[in-house]
Amino acid sequence: MSVKRDSFSVSFTVGAYGSAFGASAVANHFTVLQACLLSLLLFSGASQFAVIGVMGAGGSAASAIATSTLLGTRNALYGLRMSSILKHKGWRRAIGAQITIDESTGVALSQSNEVDARKGFWYTGLGVFLFWNLFTLMGALGANAIGDPSAWGLDAAVPAAFLGMLWPRLKERATWAVAAASLVLALVLVPNVPAGVPIISCALIAIVVGWRSE
Amino acid sequence: MSKTWIALIGSSALAFALKYLGSAVPEFWLSHPRIQRINNLIPIALLSGLVIVQTMTEKTKYIIDHRAAGVGFAIAALIAKAPFPVVVVGAAITSAIVYRY
Repeated sequence: MSVKRDSFSVSFTVGAYGSAFGASAVANHFTVLQACLLSLLLFSGASQFAVIGVMGAGGSAASAIATSTLLGTRNALYGLRMSSILKHKGWRRAIGAQITIDESTGVALSQSNEVDARKGFWYTGLGVFLFWNLFTLMGALGANAIGDPSAWGLDAAVPAAFLGMLWPRLKERATWAVAAASLVLALVLVPNVPAGVPIISCALIAIVVGWRSE
Repeated sequence: MSKTWIALIGSSALAFALKYLGSAVPEFWLSHPRIQRINNLIPIALLSGLVIVQTMTEKTKYIIDHRAAGVGFAIAALIAKAPFPVVVVGAAITSAIVYRY
């Protein structure tokens, strides 16, 4: 029972946030259809916001794809972690892969046995998928109706969302250092390189620090 | 095809490939501590870059406007341990108020 409750509450709260994505996508000149397709096909919050953020800032498709993909690398590690619990083959593995995200993995790994872990993964993954897509559509339609995104603060909602995703990850000194170095690097690069490149360049800092630190 | 569609399809295809890859590759490929460390740091670096670029720049120029006020609210809310929706909605409201007046 508590697996279902956990899964539902996570699904609904996270899914509701899809409305912010839908609205932000439209504010960044994506159509309602494109906003919905990103939620259906890409289905990974930070990566989706990265695509609209980089494109909205005038970046190229290549830098949007690269930023989105690097933000999605953690999903591969979630997939690895879950594969020993799920043990799926064929089409189930493909559907399971699409819903391998922060929330489904998080709820699954917080269960005390494998049966509940499997339930938690599927309930949460499918639940977030359902609500995230519904709310994306509502947010996109809503933003389409209200016109000027700045008048509603939507252009500030996107960086605030990124900050909200970043904040819980800033625990040790090394993580603060990576964040600070990335802020500086991105700012220094902005006037000197095409839009989108400053953001993707920050990955170099993560690679250098992660490679060297013990 | 417009660059928006290219970005949409390309990022979606690669996102699925990454999710699928994790369940299909031998564990030792991804379990190296160095890979794990880099993987933990990449979102921090990219999200930091996204925050600053979205807050203080416009194309290739620096600019301080209503968005900075919104993000300022977000920082204060996060320090006060406010829940995520409060952070985002509060930032939007703050920014909208500054934009209008």
